[in-house]
Amino acid sequence: MIYSIEVCLKDGQPDPRGSGVARGIHDLGIHKKDISVGVSDFYWLDGTLTPKELDSIARELLVDPITQEFNCSPLQNNDTPEAHNITVTYNPGVTDPVEETLMKALADMGLSTVHSARTAQRYHIKGPLDQGELDIICARLLVNPIIQRVVKETPKAFAESPRYTFKLKHVDLLGSVDEELVRIGREYSLNRAEISAVKAFYAGLERNPTDAEMETLGQTWSEHCVHKTFRGNFEFEGQNITNLLKSTIMRATRELSPPWCLSVFKDNAGVVDFDGDWAVCFKVETHNHPSAIEPYGGAATGLGGVVRDVMGTGLGAKPIANTDVFCFGPPDFDFNRLPPGVLHPRRVFKGVRAGVADYGNRLGIPTVNGAILFDERYTANPLVFCGTVGIMPKQMSQQGKQKPGDKVVLAGGRTGRDGIHGVTFASEQLTRDSTELSFTSVQIGNAIVEKKVIDGLLKARDKKLFSRITDCGGGGLSSAVGEMAEETGVKVYLDRVPLKYAGLSYSEIWISESQERMLMAVPPANVEELLQIFADEGAEATVIGEFTDDRRLHLYFNDHTVCDLEMGFLHGGRPEMNMVAEWKKPLHPEPEIAQKGDFNEVLLGLLSAWNVCSKEWVIRQYDHEVQGASVLKPLVGETEEGPGDAAIVKPVATSARGLIIGCGINTRYGDIDPYWMAASAIDEALRQVIAVGGSLRHTALLDNFCWGNVKDRQSLGALVKASRACYDMSIAFKTPFISGKDSLNNEFEQDGKRISIPHTLLISAMAVMDDAGKAVSMDFKKAGNLIYILGATYDEMGGSEYLARMGYIGNKSPMVNFAASRKLMEDLSGATSRRLVRSCHDLSEGGLGVALSEMAFAGNLGAEVSLGAVPQGEIADRDDVLLFSESNSRFLVEIEPGNREEFEITMHGNIFAVIGSVNTSDVLRVEGLNGETIISLPLRALKESWQKPLRW
Amino acid sequence: MNSVNVLILRAPGTNRDEETAAAFQQAGASTRLATINEVATASFRFSDSQVLVFPGGFAYGDDLGAGRVLASELNLKLRADMQPFIDRGGLVLGICNGFQTLVKAGILPGPMSKGQTVTLTNNDSGRFECRWVYLTANPSSKCVFTAGIRTIYVPVAHGEGKLVADPAVVASLDVALYYTGAEGNRNPGYPHNPNGSTKDIAGITDSTGRVFGLMPHPEDHIRESQHPRWTRGEATKESLGSSIYQNAVNWVKKI
Repeated sequence: MIYSIEVCLKDGQPDPRGSGVARGIHDLGIHKKDISVGVSDFYWLDGTLTPKELDSIARELLVDPITQEFNCSPLQNNDTPEAHNITVTYNPGVTDPVEETLMKALADMGLSTVHSARTAQRYHIKGPLDQGELDIICARLLVNPIIQRVVKETPKAFAESPRYTFKLKHVDLLGSVDEELVRIGREYSLNRAEISAVKAFYAGLERNPTDAEMETLGQTWSEHCVHKTFRGNFEFEGQNITNLLKSTIMRATRELSPPWCLSVFKDNAGVVDFDGDWAVCFKVETHNHPSAIEPYGGAATGLGGVVRDVMGTGLGAKPIANTDVFCFGPPDFDFNRLPPGVLHPRRVFKGVRAGVADYGNRLGIPTVNGAILFDERYTANPLVFCGTVGIMPKQMSQQGKQKPGDKVVLAGGRTGRDGIHGVTFASEQLTRDSTELSFTSVQIGNAIVEKKVIDGLLKARDKKLFSRITDCGGGGLSSAVGEMAEETGVKVYLDRVPLKYAGLSYSEIWISESQERMLMAVPPANVEELLQIFADEGAEATVIGEFTDDRRLHLYFNDHTVCDLEMGFLHGGRPEMNMVAEWKKPLHPEPEIAQKGDFNEVLLGLLSAWNVCSKEWVIRQYDHEVQGASVLKPLVGETEEGPGDAAIVKPVATSARGLIIGCGINTRYGDIDPYWMAASAIDEALRQVIAVGGSLRHTALLDNFCWGNVKDRQSLGALVKASRACYDMSIAFKTPFISGKDSLNNEFEQDGKRISIPHTLLISAMAVMDDAGKAVSMDFKKAGNLIYILGATYDEMGGSEYLARMGYIGNKSPMVNFAASRKLMEDLSGATSRRLVRSCHDLSEGGLGVALSEMAFAGNLGAEVSLGAVPQGEIADRDDVLLFSESNSRFLVEIEPGNREEFEITMHGNIFAVIGSVNTSDVLRVEGLNGETIISLPLRALKESWQKPLRW
Repeated sequence: MNSVNVLILRAPGTNRDEETAAAFQQAGASTRLATINEVATASFRFSDSQVLVFPGGFAYGDDLGAGRVLASELNLKLRADMQPFIDRGGLVLGICNGFQTLVKAGILPGPMSKGQTVTLTNNDSGRFECRWVYLTANPSSKCVFTAGIRTIYVPVAHGEGKLVADPAVVASLDVALYYTGAEGNRNPGYPHNPNGSTKDIAGITDSTGRVFGLMPHPEDHIRESQHPRWTRGEATKESLGSSIYQNAVNWVKKI
């Protein structure tokens, strides 16, 4: 039978979870007085227990005797008009990590009579709410129907998993033609050319494929796995481009080929030399569509996935830092304008933040750098970029090679229906039905399982027990095994894969994207020792097959062959894509903005803009100190609240070297010109590296493209232009790309109208600095020091925060002068390495006005500057241009008066000027071109405007 | 005694074990990391060690409450070894999740026979928070780990760090560390007291002074470059967290 234990707080104990829900209700626009919320936890145990056993489970495991109490009454519906109870539990088939832990703890207690457990949360909402309001609270705050539901009473029985009876399925390709063939292709996400190629292949074999073979081809040839659009051929402006990726981004790396690039564009992450003994790797992934549907789980598993990429690089790297960049709709988006089936941006934001924080914190990996952007067009298509940096001994930096006879070992989480068809889902357009259709695409993460796998695999790596490793990510085993065995061949016994629950078919096992799984090739002699290491960590590891030498993919289920596919066709049979791209420059209304005499309000408004304001609320909820390696933290300055540019970690305690991690992203410029948008993102990432004391000499870049519908020629044209900018910038700055990823078709269809995300390119930068002791932070340090601006300011207001605030996009976005920018960055590096720079901040969103404010309030020191001294690239003679232009390649730098001469000699040949000085006042004062004061604001007003919007 | 052996007990979800080891090594100790599974089944138990450490992290994901499942496992698998270890002069240190575990297992404030009398519960902010705090040692505490320490500056990173107990129990606690202002000033308010802990209590010891638990992470400030304001020239040797580990090692060496 099913026993209930409800754990509640004792009277008088504060209930932060309840207060959070109450705040959430208020945020929904339900502003009734006297609403209070309490939360209790239900545990339902299925089995046979004596009352005494039940009591001891509650006392010894579930209840904190100081703050909590419990009862064993079943859930009852005892609502009154003033007191409402909403009890939320997970849907059947959704794995709740708490259940797993509870079962383990019960086993420790020797209670083997409990077969299974479920948990639920009960919200006790008091207040004069009507049913309509309660429904809104359920739908918008408490329940995500994809994974959860409301229950009114204790379940009578837990749903049983259906049994699976083996039946080999074939897909009738040979008998299908025309539209029927295309339809089958679509089922496996293969386009017309691809499904025709598959049919021709099987016609040659004179048989139909099995469903497992079709799934394998569909997954392996998916956009997510092979980037077929990016690697396709383009016709653009009269030119033919063969393989866009190879001819732009990868070509730059090939031409530069610096000796410190150890493994690029072939492994799960790009690898560079750190100090001759150690190598570092970096990968950034997106998990956009799952995060749109279920923000918490989608984001958590996004992070889990990129961490596994790093674990599966070379012979296994230890994750040492995470980064995250999010793009959301504005948090104040009107509920009434929300398309049906779309979660509100605030809920997406909160869910994504919590997912990334909970998962990353539990893994013990510091989150050191990131950014958050807001734009209405992300409302239905939020973007979630998660990055991980790893470290490994340099001699383990190359991808391993297995031998025939090596065992296939699967370690980590069990396999369930999680994420089935996630890969193909990832590359498809969302519609309002997505939330209903795609629930199996939602993956639920369990960070502790991943932590156990990390700990086990690093031990096994150091004992050299496996010959090769990779992660199970998109496409699950089908991609991981298929890729690993490309050069050898493999036999996998799918019935040996440990399952979360019964009822999975062989092809479901094969393509499941269940989380926290790693795949290893293990020489037979090492198998026993390897399995013991994982067992000691409490992680499961299982031999599921062995590598062969026949270059075929053999899959078995209980002695039945379910797949027998030639590796040559699987990896070489895909027809290339040929596309036509075009680009027409859009024309936006020209802004007409009157000259003003006072910019106090404008500056405060910009500091409060969603894209500019403090992200401290997010940053503090990430553990950025774990592993003890941080040198420059995400929040810096006198009270540790200022926005640091890039982060620096010191991953090897005995080495003076530091590792800088920064990023650049600004999608608004792409509304004007994708080429300069891409160039600006790279410039920004490099500025961050240089600002904290790095140099271009040892800097690697990563690209993450998130694009709209690539069936659209204009969208493809934007892709070509942005890729070309990547090539040009990479060559100009001699900073190679080492890894990248793309996520296409990020658009939403509502009432037949397509809403595309703005084309978004995230550039992440990783740089090695010789001496982390030379790091520079962005906060002003000392009154009397001089403030320099480096680089020229142009009338490039297009895509700026300033114009956005006025409701304009503009037509002239920031460009990059390659030669001048590179020289300036190199010379500034020289100045920081000679310890001449006391503080430095790069100019980005909000331009000079915002950067200056941030440096002042972060250092809690006033400043006085004169715009008349700011070097203009072209004479605009407008205060607003000088204050808020977002021209690239500019820095603000603080120099001690005694170092003035040496600094200026170092910077000789660049455009720069002293524009003012730091003082002890608590005011930022800016003098306009006509000599009058145009900004005069107390630091606390600046800081308050900047901190207020996201002080949730 | 020449060599000081520190056993750092890991459970699924433990982190900062390596930083804790580094902090003890910096203080001159030898360290060994072992999982609870290994210790519970191995013959060496605690016998070779003088210091037993429960490091930070999220043992078992903090499912069922921070430190709760590990505390239960500790009581079921290792309880028989704990009391003798403490009785013969061993030192026990619980940091963050380790502190939560010691409290929930009834080892702190002790005696173990009384069971759990104190808890560490949700921060007043309702959030996990990572920030730096000033900790000032109570000069009248018996705690061997905090002897001679004035004020140190170290990070916290937790969501459940607020110490709560019956007022009579609170009054009887041997408080080793308080959250304070930079100058050691008491009643500093949020965010200096990052979780709303009763009487600003950051760490407590048992009646022997040899069992010590604290929420913050001194092991994350053992080098000046870890200080959040070192670029402002504000890092000092005195503010390092290393002294906690050095005290433990020195104490073992003296006996």
